Amino acid sequence: MKPSQPVGIIGWGAYIPQYRIKVNTIAQVWGAQTERYTEGLGIEEKAVAGPDEDTITIAIEAAQNALKRAQIEPKEIGAVLSGSESPPYAVKPTGCTVAEVIGATPNILAADLEFACKAGTEGIQFCMGLVSSGMIKYGMAIGADVAQSAPGDDLEYAAAAGGAAFIIGKLDSNAAAAINASTSYVTDTPDFWRRSEQPYPKHGGVFTGQSYFHHIINAGQQLMQELGMKPKDFQYAIFHQPNGKFPEKAARELGFTSEQTRVGMLVGRIGNTYSGCIPLGLSAVLEAAKPGDNIFVVSYGSGAGSDAFHITALDAIENKRELAPTVQDYIERKEYVGYACYAKWRKMIIGLETKR
Amino acid sequence: MREVAVIGVGLTKVGHLFSESLRSLFSRAVRGALEDAGNPKIEALYVGNMSAGQFNNQENIAALLSDFAGLNGIPATRIEEGCGSGAAAIYNGYKAVASGVHDFVIVGGVEKMMDTTANDATSIISTVTDQEYEAFLGLSLVGINAMVMRLYMNTFGVDREPFAKFSVQMHDNASKNPYAQFPFKTSLDKAMNSNPVADPIHLMDCAPLGDGAAALVLCPKEYAKNFTSKPVEIIGAGHGMDNFIFHTREDFLSLKATRDAAREAYRMAGITPDEVDVVELHDAFSITAFLSIEDLGFVEKGAAGQIVDEGLIALDGTLPVNPSGGLKARGHPIGATGVYQMAEIVLQLRGEAGARQVPGAEIGLTNNISGFGASSYVHILRV
Repeated sequence: MKPSQPVGIIGWGAYIPQYRIKVNTIAQVWGAQTERYTEGLGIEEKAVAGPDEDTITIAIEAAQNALKRAQIEPKEIGAVLSGSESPPYAVKPTGCTVAEVIGATPNILAADLEFACKAGTEGIQFCMGLVSSGMIKYGMAIGADVAQSAPGDDLEYAAAAGGAAFIIGKLDSNAAAAINASTSYVTDTPDFWRRSEQPYPKHGGVFTGQSYFHHIINAGQQLMQELGMKPKDFQYAIFHQPNGKFPEKAARELGFTSEQTRVGMLVGRIGNTYSGCIPLGLSAVLEAAKPGDNIFVVSYGSGAGSDAFHITALDAIENKRELAPTVQDYIERKEYVGYACYAKWRKMIIGLETKR
Repeated sequence: MREVAVIGVGLTKVGHLFSESLRSLFSRAVRGALEDAGNPKIEALYVGNMSAGQFNNQENIAALLSDFAGLNGIPATRIEEGCGSGAAAIYNGYKAVASGVHDFVIVGGVEKMMDTTANDATSIISTVTDQEYEAFLGLSLVGINAMVMRLYMNTFGVDREPFAKFSVQMHDNASKNPYAQFPFKTSLDKAMNSNPVADPIHLMDCAPLGDGAAALVLCPKEYAKNFTSKPVEIIGAGHGMDNFIFHTREDFLSLKATRDAAREAYRMAGITPDEVDVVELHDAFSITAFLSIEDLGFVEKGAAGQIVDEGLIALDGTLPVNPSGGLKARGHPIGATGVYQMAEIVLQLRGEAGARQVPGAEIGLTNNISGFGASSYVHILRV
C-alpha cells in the first residue's frame, strides 16, 4: 500500500512508566525457574504502571512528547487514533480524552482501535490514508497498553506498560522520516484472545508462537517483494517482541541480522508493552537513525495479523531527537517494586475501596 | 493358531501438528500402510487411542476413523489401555488374524493432543493413574516415576548421569529419523541441566507431548509373500497386568506386568533375551526405560545404568535400544506409541531404517506400558 501523496512522521514521542518488577521476583512467587524466562525468553524485568496510570495517561504523555518533536499547532491535528487492548473503557474512546488534553478538539476525528498488539501500527496506516488523501493535515497514531496477564501465567513475565505516539503529515522539510509503504497480512486465527468481561487473555501456548511466525514472515516477505528490496537494504529492522527470542528468530528467517534488530529490541528491559511494543521500538530506532537510513518494521497482533512498513529517516530527524525525553531516558528512569505492590497496583488484591 | 505377519507400515511425523486433526492424521497413516502393503482388501480395523474424549471432545472414534480413513463398512473397534493402547490394538488385531476370524486387518493408533494447552494435556494424561488414591491426593504419573527413580538411585548407587546419557542417546538416534518429533542431537550438559520437573526427574528425562498416527497391515504369514518380499512375522506376544494402584505393588523397582508379558512372549517365540537384536521400549521417563531394560531380561536388576553408561544401547552396541529415538525424541502421541514402536521394528528388520539401521537385525522386541505398569505388552518379531 503506497500513499498517493508522500507522507512522513513529523514527530514521535514515547512514554514508559518508571516502575519495574524483575522476572526473578515474579518467579519466586510462583515457584518457577527464573532462567526459563531470563535465558529462555530473554526478559530481565518489565515496566509496571503506577497506581494512577493507565492507557489514557500513557497515551497522553506520549502524545505530548510527539507534539514537542512535531512543533505544530495542536489544532492542526485532524485525527487522534489510539490503539490498545487495555483501554480503560469498553465504550468511550481513549482518543477523545487524548485529543482534548493536547488541545486538538473539537474539529477532529477520534477513535480507538483494537487488534491485540498491533493496534498502534494500524493507526499509522489509517493516518497515512487520511493525510495523503488531503482529508486532514496531521494525524496522530498512538499505541499504548497496560498489558493484562493472568497471575502465574507465562504471560505475566512479559506483560508490561508503555506506549508511543506518531504525528503523521505530508512529507515536507519538517518530516523526520518518510513512511514509504505499508502492507498488512491478516487471517482469522484464534491464537490469543480476551472476551469483553474477562480481565485476562487466554492463549494457545505453542500455537500462539506458530501464529506469530506465520504472520510476521508473510507480511515481511510480502512487503519486500512489493518493494523489490532485500534485508541488506535496511539499516534497522524491528519485529514485535512478545519475548526476546521470537523476534530474533523471525529476523533470521527473513534474512536480517541481530545488528539490525539490536536498537529496536526493548523487551529484555521493559517487557512486552503489547500495542506499545512496535511504537516504542520504532521510537528508539528514530532516536538512533541517521538521515537516509532505511527502517523495516513488522508488527504482530493476535487474532491475527501483521503490519509491515518501509520507513526512511530524513534530515530533520537529527534536530528533533532531543526535543522530548527519549526511549533510553525512560528505560533508565526506573524504580523496582515487589510482587505485593505490583499485585495491589494491578488490582489483583481487591480491597474494600478497590474499583476495577 | 495361524502365523501372522506385518506387510504394511504407515507413519506420520510426530510433533505439534496444528494443521492436522485426529481424522486427518489417522487417515494419512492408514493410507501409508495400505500403499506399503500393496492395497489388500481390509476386513477389520483396530485402533488404539487413549483420550480423544478429553483431548478432542470426541468419542465413538472407531466408527469416525474407519469412515474417514476410507475403510467404511468394515468392523472397527477402538481400544483404550492408557499409554498401552497402541500395543493393545496390535494384540487384538493379531489375535483376530491368528485365530482365523479375519485375514487382513489394520491395526493403528492415533493421538491428537496438541489442541489443548500443556497444563490441560498433563491433567488429561494423569487420568491413567488412580483417581481416588493417587491423582486425587496430588500424585501425578511423573510424581510416581520420580519417587521410583529416587528409590532406584539410592538402592543401586546410581546417580543422574546414566539417565541423562540415555536421553542423549535417544536424541542421537532421532536425529536420523525423519518421523521424529525432535530430530536433533543434544548434549549431556543440556540433559543434566534441564529444568527440574519432579526431582530427581528433569525435563530431558521426560517424553514430550505431540500428535501422530501409525498403522500396520497384518495378515496370515502364508499370504504375506504375495504382498511383500520382506514379511515380518509376529512370533511372540504377551500381555501382563499388575495391581492398579502403585502403592499396592510388591516391588517398586520392577514391573510385574512387563515381566509376565515378556515371559509369555519369549516362551511363544521360543527365544531368550540375548537373541533379541533390537528393542523399542517405553521410555515415558528415563527411569521407566531402565526398569524396562531390566524387566525384559536384558540385564539384571540395577544394571541398566551400566550398559547405558558404556554406550551399549547405541545403534552399533550389543543391545540397540529405541533406534527411532524412543518416546523421548521420536515422540509419544500416546495411543499411537505402541504402533510406532512396532513400525520401527518392522522397518529395522526389513533393513529399511536408513541412517538409523541396526546392522543385521533379525529379531526385534517391542514393549508398550500403560501408566506405571498397570499393564504391559511385549511383542517379538522376526524377519
